[in-house]
Amino acid sequence: MTIFDASRPGRRGVELPAAKTSTPAGLAEGELRRDLAWPELSEPEVIRHFVGLSRKNHAIDVGFYPLGSCTMKYNPKINEEMARLPGFAALHPLQPEETVQGALQLMWELQRDLAEITGMDRVSLQPAAGAQGEQTGVLMIKAYHRARQDLERTEVLIPDAAHGTNPATASLAGFDVVEVASDKRGGVDLEALKAKLGPKTAAVMLTNPSTLGLFEDNIVEIARLTHEAGGLLYYDGANLNAILGKCRPGDTGFDVVHVNLHKTFSTPHGGGGPGSGPVGVKEHLAPFLPGPTVGQDESGFHLVVGGPQSIGRMRSFYGNFGMHLRAYTYIRALGKDGLTTVAEDAVLNANYLLHLLKDRLTVPYERLAKHEFVVSLPKAIKEQTGVRTLDVAKRLLDFGVHSPTVYFPLIVDEAMMIEPTETESKETLEAFAAIVGTVLDEAVRDPEMVKTAPHTTPVRRLDEARAARQPDLRYRPQ
Amino acid sequence: MRFTPHTAAERAAMLDALGFSEVMDLFADLPAEVRLGRDLNLPLGMPELELDRHVRSLADKNRHLGQMPSFLGAGAYDRFIPAAVSEILRRTEFYTSYTPYQPEVSQGTLQAIWEFQSLVAALYEMDVAQASLYDGATAAAEAMMVAVAETGRQGVVVARSVDPQVRSVIRTYAQGRSLQITELALDEDRCDLLELDRLLTDQVAVLIVQQPSFLGAIEPVAEMVESAHRVGALAVVIADPIAHAWLKPPGAYGADLAVGEGQGLGVAPSFGGPYVGLMAARQGLVRRLPGRIVGRTVDVDEKPGFVLTLQTREQHIRRQRATSNICTNQGLIALAATVYMSLVGPEGLRQVALLSHEGAEDLKGRLLAIPGVTALGPAKTFYEFAIRLPKDAREVNRRLLADGFIGGYALAADYPELGAGSWLLAVTEKRTKDEIAAFAKAVADAL
Repeated sequence: MTIFDASRPGRRGVELPAAKTSTPAGLAEGELRRDLAWPELSEPEVIRHFVGLSRKNHAIDVGFYPLGSCTMKYNPKINEEMARLPGFAALHPLQPEETVQGALQLMWELQRDLAEITGMDRVSLQPAAGAQGEQTGVLMIKAYHRARQDLERTEVLIPDAAHGTNPATASLAGFDVVEVASDKRGGVDLEALKAKLGPKTAAVMLTNPSTLGLFEDNIVEIARLTHEAGGLLYYDGANLNAILGKCRPGDTGFDVVHVNLHKTFSTPHGGGGPGSGPVGVKEHLAPFLPGPTVGQDESGFHLVVGGPQSIGRMRSFYGNFGMHLRAYTYIRALGKDGLTTVAEDAVLNANYLLHLLKDRLTVPYERLAKHEFVVSLPKAIKEQTGVRTLDVAKRLLDFGVHSPTVYFPLIVDEAMMIEPTETESKETLEAFAAIVGTVLDEAVRDPEMVKTAPHTTPVRRLDEARAARQPDLRYRPQ
Repeated sequence: MRFTPHTAAERAAMLDALGFSEVMDLFADLPAEVRLGRDLNLPLGMPELELDRHVRSLADKNRHLGQMPSFLGAGAYDRFIPAAVSEILRRTEFYTSYTPYQPEVSQGTLQAIWEFQSLVAALYEMDVAQASLYDGATAAAEAMMVAVAETGRQGVVVARSVDPQVRSVIRTYAQGRSLQITELALDEDRCDLLELDRLLTDQVAVLIVQQPSFLGAIEPVAEMVESAHRVGALAVVIADPIAHAWLKPPGAYGADLAVGEGQGLGVAPSFGGPYVGLMAARQGLVRRLPGRIVGRTVDVDEKPGFVLTLQTREQHIRRQRATSNICTNQGLIALAATVYMSLVGPEGLRQVALLSHEGAEDLKGRLLAIPGVTALGPAKTFYEFAIRLPKDAREVNRRLLADGFIGGYALAADYPELGAGSWLLAVTEKRTKDEIAAFAKAVADAL
């Protein structure tokens, strides 16, 4: 039942003080709309509808959510409490500066803390999400080359294991995308990189640890080669959780980074947003940062607009302040000691779970994992039973856990990308490994059970082909 | 550490199982030269009790909208948010889930997005809406990219009466594809229609206008959309959702895309974000839309359900050929707007808008009665309007702050041609008659 089907004409969910007029004065008939086809419900009906919907979701607070590359860690409740304080939530973004000193101080401290954590010189909190952080970074790189009259740099090099946003962003910024192959160890193939670097190279975009969950141990050499070719090195912060307090992108040669506050710094994923993707840069890119950022002088904290070389605004106002506030609260909760523990336990959990699963699944790269790892469904199972990774993922849902990220990265067949995060207990990891074992046994014993899964979820497998062929994208009255 | 469960004994047992003796063994693959080798220069972690006190102390350094009646709008509004909206947002099944990769266990999120799409499409009277974008400004920029792809042209005409921040974001997005942006000038307080006809050529991909404009004016949008279509350009209307409780919706006069900032629909001002961008389009553009789209289908038992659909537009499938780099939507904020729209219904939204309009008309009348205060031009306005003060608006704002009011938006920084006295004021349903009267008196005193 949709909210539209529940509608009954005349019901009201909100009452407001009476208006004096019945239509806006002075507007001509031709300027007015005829009707507004929205549903009409009382407050309790609306609450039951949406509470009912919420119960059809898996979520971190419901159960294990090992979705690789997404860092589905626990979201501390204090963050939510603080974000709802009227002293933050009820601030207009254009209020006089003297009335928002606490908010500006928080942003200023967060800029400084993120610079310290990533090893960069300057930070802008403006980008609204990771993909927008990438866009900001790549546009800054474009502006940097242009400012140096270095106008032939039209290519961005991206590993074949990269997240899809990397090539999409480079393309949106007007660059040609050049894919760089991975080597047998799952790292960037240095020879392939050397062959593709050159006078056309504007940038190399990397995630480290990579999307395979492996630390790029040639990073210093990659940075040297990139810089020698005249390009800049971009750090996709998707996997920063693994190296907090252990290693800083800025110290390994990266010129620009983005950080996902909704991954590493515990701001809730919200069913797909809002995210927040601050960018950090080395001094040579600072003039290109989007404004406003927050500065401090003896009179207090101030919004500082971008200079003449700034790429301009990425979105309205100053970014997703509500997310800055949660990330700030998290960083203060953990401190330098806690953040280091995060990386250690995230990596410990990934390696421990890999250890529990390695005899049952195919491990394409036998190396130390960082915060996540990639495994495949054994070929033998697929060949003998016809069961695929997708089926295993669906069957896992019947056991009350979310499935890993599947079929990514694209360079591993039948991939399952598993990221347990630091907030899961040893028992949870062991229970998950046992569930995977059960499903793999079942795949052999009763493949139909797995191929037709899930069986116990609010709906079963959905007809995606029909959804695309006959798009039903909105309510229409019968 | 309270968010990580392991005891020392458990860590030791896990390391032992891996054949390691210490935690640093887990980082043996980091070359010595890249290791930090020191503590981060951050404070130590805080217990929750201290943390609560510390963060509250920062909140207490601010003066918020609950403490001072505000007449400031300019893209963010102090509107009433029913308690039921906040209650649903606290459902951890919503806020601690992620983008619905496994639809069988994400029906709540998916259905809510589908309902959001339906409500937005109905509001704008457009054929389809997508699952939301970061904010109104990026929605406008993404709409521009849709039009550029659809027409294969590089020219963009943006009305100067569009929110300056939105114009700035449009310019940023245009850099990537080297688009040529031209601004359509103002004629007093509205778009210059003669100038529009000169700017519209067969090189123009898109005309972008805002209704009501940033200056609060009700623009002759239907005429402008028609002019754009005459040269084969698409028309994007940035349409305020509250004013459109009453105003003719973009779909009724043939706009190709309607976008807007959804903050007014149950989202706290929160110092500028997170907000939510709305985007709706005519049917023919659906495969060019950026971001997520949810469709209704059935499962293997013929039970209705919802999935992400038309995904071949998106970055995780198309990579560099995607329609946008956007990865998800504005999930939780779109949910807030969905709950708000469901609660207020058509009557409630009309009343929110009408109360705001009445308050604005009341304030406008009182202010224009003050000697020396004049209207910017002849345009009709809805709940936001611009006037000219005989004094620098920034100075008047300072006086008003001392009196306990948040004044309007001083326009001269963005529109020097309007003069130092130009001032933009917004009235929402939260402003009482007494507050409006007291504010008008304070303005008179400040002049």
